[in-house]
Amino acid sequence: MSELPGELLYTEEHEWLRQEEDGSVTIGITDHAQAALGDLVYVELPEVGAELDAGDEMAVVESVKAASDVYAPVGGTVLEVNSDLADDPEKINSDPYGDGWIVRMQPNDLDESNTMDPDAYQELLDSLED
Amino acid sequence: MGKRTPLYQSHVDGGAKIVDFGGWDMPLHYGSQIEEHHAVRRKAGMFDVSHMTVVDVAGADAQRFLQRLLANDVAKLKTEGRALYSCMLTPEGGVIDDLIAYYRGPQRYRVVVNAATRDKDMAWIDRQADAFDVAVDERPQLAMIAMQGPEARDLAVPLVGIEWREAARDLSPFCALETDTMFIARTGYTGEDGWEIMLPGEAAADFWRQCVDVGIRPCGLGARDTLRLEAAMNLYGNDMDESTSPLVSGLGWTVAWEPADRDFIGRSALESVRGDSSKPRFVGLILEGKGVLRNHQRVVVAGHGEGEITSGGFSPTLERSIALARVPAGDYDKAQVDIRGRLLDVRVVRPPFVRNGKSCIDL
Repeated sequence: MSELPGELLYTEEHEWLRQEEDGSVTIGITDHAQAALGDLVYVELPEVGAELDAGDEMAVVESVKAASDVYAPVGGTVLEVNSDLADDPEKINSDPYGDGWIVRMQPNDLDESNTMDPDAYQELLDSLED
Repeated sequence: MGKRTPLYQSHVDGGAKIVDFGGWDMPLHYGSQIEEHHAVRRKAGMFDVSHMTVVDVAGADAQRFLQRLLANDVAKLKTEGRALYSCMLTPEGGVIDDLIAYYRGPQRYRVVVNAATRDKDMAWIDRQADAFDVAVDERPQLAMIAMQGPEARDLAVPLVGIEWREAARDLSPFCALETDTMFIARTGYTGEDGWEIMLPGEAAADFWRQCVDVGIRPCGLGARDTLRLEAAMNLYGNDMDESTSPLVSGLGWTVAWEPADRDFIGRSALESVRGDSSKPRFVGLILEGKGVLRNHQRVVVAGHGEGEITSGGFSPTLERSIALARVPAGDYDKAQVDIRGRLLDVRVVRPPFVRNGKSCIDL
């Protein structure tokens, strides 16, 4: 498996967050998550402007295998969604940390206690191996 | 750790993602399920189906026994190698399993049943066999490889022993041929042409490698499921089980009513609902918009009632979501499906969705 991008934060739900300079956060799912899901065929995105609490269902990613909820890792307002995913959900498979981003949010309070740095997330991944 | 087929190491070496399937460690895909799906529709792919249960039935009463055990009639099989798809029913008319029966010669048959139902199938078959002069022998040492796709047979012919190649090439659909080492059947579960080959387990890995070398792509059980869904081939446990009869599962065509005095198990139960016009329909659904239909989602038919998706998923060939569903009786071609609380429009169609690489539905 490829190395984790060092500038991102990670969650136990296998999501990543990138803190942007304007104070917003971009959110996606990790390479581990996309590999576990298999080929993605549909992504259900939230409305721009939606107010979410941390833990709310934010998006649904559906692969050939199953539907999987993506939960908001922080509370806040949805600023932008990756509408390219409507036609090209497989961007999440091919570029999970780049073109496969899902949502950009304005967080109410970015509480980093629920996120991990790359080393901690790598440890979590290692613990999931057989 | 689950049970492993003779091809387990071939899958691991090929980069397969291994998952549990009915107690077996089987390949889900080797990287991309969708690419494997397209390989079968457009060229050739192969599946390890060695986990399926092969049972040989032979003895003076073999035909009479299978005529009692199966809802389809093995007496239709008159020439060696002919095959027949059938359900095996409970006395109440529920489906214990679906299977293929091959006629190998007078009073000799080979039956292939599902892997996940092996234990109950064998218990049932053994129990029914008590009253007949028949030997029931499982053949767990056989491996089974399904090679499917428009080019699969052409690619595989050279891998057959030279003296059997012509016969293998000339094999008709739903017929089988036995060579010195292989049982080659022109059958499958994808809606494409191809073969299912049984061979000794110890020869399987070498044969698999030869198939790879001639250009047949290894495919996992994930692609097998999307292919069979497009072809509208039923999956036991999803589309039918012991609580449903073949008559409400799109399998009425597999029940041989004639001769009327053939008393197969489940017959009287089926007779009682045979002409019942209020029994549910078994149909195909196509989602009009974006999203994915999934097993067990609720189908709402205005003015008729509700039904349920028995198998749903994404069709890589149609690039739409499709499903098989059991829905209320009635004449209609539109319905809605409850996906996470929202009712989305679906078209009700007659399956299959795809056969021989082509859509059967006007999208």
